[in-house]
Amino acid sequence: MLERIVGTRRGVEGNGHLAEDANLIFDSTQLRARPSAWEAVQAARNIKRPHTLDVITRVFDRFQEVHGDRGFRDDPAIVGGIAELAGRPLVIVGEQKGASTEENIQRNFGMPHPEGYRKAIRLYRLAEKFHLPLVTFVDTPGAYPGPEGEERGQAEAIARAIFTMTRLQTPIVVVILGEGGSGGALALAIGDVVLALENAIYSVISPEGSAAILWRSPAEAERAAKAMRLAGPDLLDLGVVDALIPEPAGGAHTDHEETAKAIKTALVAQLAKLERAATSDLLSARYERFRGFGTLTEPGAAPPLPAPVPWWRRLPLVRRRP
Amino acid sequence: MPFGRKPKEFPDHLWTKCPTCGEMLFNKQLVRNLNVCSKCEHHFRMGARPRIDLLVDKGSFVEQDASLVSGDPLGFVDQKPYPERIAAAQVKSGEKDAAIAGSATIGGNPVELVVMDFEFMGGSMGSVVGEKITRAAERALAERRALVIVSASGGARMQEGTIALMQMGKIVSALARLDGGGIPYVSVITDPTTGGVLASYASLGDLILAEPGALIRFSGERVTSGTVGEKLPTGFGRSEFLLEKGFLDQIVPRAQLKERVAFFLGAFRAAWQDVRWGL
Repeated sequence: MLERIVGTRRGVEGNGHLAEDANLIFDSTQLRARPSAWEAVQAARNIKRPHTLDVITRVFDRFQEVHGDRGFRDDPAIVGGIAELAGRPLVIVGEQKGASTEENIQRNFGMPHPEGYRKAIRLYRLAEKFHLPLVTFVDTPGAYPGPEGEERGQAEAIARAIFTMTRLQTPIVVVILGEGGSGGALALAIGDVVLALENAIYSVISPEGSAAILWRSPAEAERAAKAMRLAGPDLLDLGVVDALIPEPAGGAHTDHEETAKAIKTALVAQLAKLERAATSDLLSARYERFRGFGTLTEPGAAPPLPAPVPWWRRLPLVRRRP
Repeated sequence: MPFGRKPKEFPDHLWTKCPTCGEMLFNKQLVRNLNVCSKCEHHFRMGARPRIDLLVDKGSFVEQDASLVSGDPLGFVDQKPYPERIAAAQVKSGEKDAAIAGSATIGGNPVELVVMDFEFMGGSMGSVVGEKITRAAERALAERRALVIVSASGGARMQEGTIALMQMGKIVSALARLDGGGIPYVSVITDPTTGGVLASYASLGDLILAEPGALIRFSGERVTSGTVGEKLPTGFGRSEFLLEKGFLDQIVPRAQLKERVAFFLGAFRAAWQDVRWGL
């Protein structure tokens, strides 16, 4: 639906849209190589992989971080602020992992607490209020599952974040950088366009968790990862992400600059595209995007109505001579 | 064997032991008492069909979307293929999936009702549950009826992977539209409600009611205690705890549930039905 509003993604007829999406991968057959699910999991978790702040400092200009949820504390696992992209101000929110053990302890391994999601909601509202586009970066093993999170309403905070994003009156572009861990990721991942780095993963539960429950052994994580179809190309096939951002040959961890450049190109193009659409159209398209998920059969239901016949086909036929 | 004494026997199909007070309860009486222990008020779990009978006005329930069946988006196989798991659960429960949706009235208020059943694959939320709730919310908005969802679920259905996760986005999108339309949505949380269900629609009611002693938690017991490496205090993540922390409006005993839902919906009806209070 979004494509109908803002033009086709493969605008090869020379209407100028071709350049916008040139560097993105829309079809998994375009990929050079399809990594195995487990390789993708390893790559997505690589501690040297560019994390949210690495990307922000390289992609945006004049980034100013803002802090706090105004209720409890500032959660270091979610960062956010105002920055400029190609001279245009916007709001950024992202989940932040550490690049070392010490930093990871400080960042809680990228697992946000409820106050982190409430900070995110505050920034979403800010973007809406001042008509700034919103860009979010997803990189978390999941929301923090400890007792403090439960006490402060982890589930409510995530639900409210999703709720806020579904009808936020401003364009939203989501980029999945590394791990997209379940509800903790979804709280930042409702968007008009959802992109993912080539080796990013996105899943409903960690492969280890799934293995422990369904195979009764965490050692089966590798098999679980395969069955869950959580790697980039699978997500593209399922329609969960709209396009993949190509990574440098050895993976994103080998070259932060190159990765950031690819992300920047993608963001500039997608935001330019989204800003051509009216907000109400964006919201309809966003609704339809998520409304469509699900694999169902409905025996006995009325068949879908036939496509309406255009008026010129309804005109009486003029018989031609044979 | 001592003279004149017989060991007491409680065959399982006739008696149930209350896990809270240890009282032996006669099954027929337990069902008559709405699956609540007559001695200590322990609320046993309740299936979706009896729950619907409990909530709606007699004879008003019309089931909707009853024929929806789940596909297999991932071709998922763990120890068994996913379609086999669904088939087994369907045979066991006699239902098509983990939620039953329909239109009804509650105390005279027109509602769209969705009730989840924990017996069907742990009440897990996949495409069918997502679709039934979304359609219920869309019907509620189109026909200006209230929405009531009774949750009982372990969370998103792992066998549907990210498609199950996307159901959260889909349902919440519909709820956001419902909210914009000024239609009331009452979320009733029952034992147990965890994971993705709690982190989406169960937590978004205009009012959130829960049954006494229900387990209501974002993450499972093992995950939480595994993270902190210690045992959690008893009652952690139960209804009473959540009420104290401010995440529930009320804890409502099962016998009063219908009356309470009806009261709230009636009180809100100026906004969503054409009613003017003559004050």
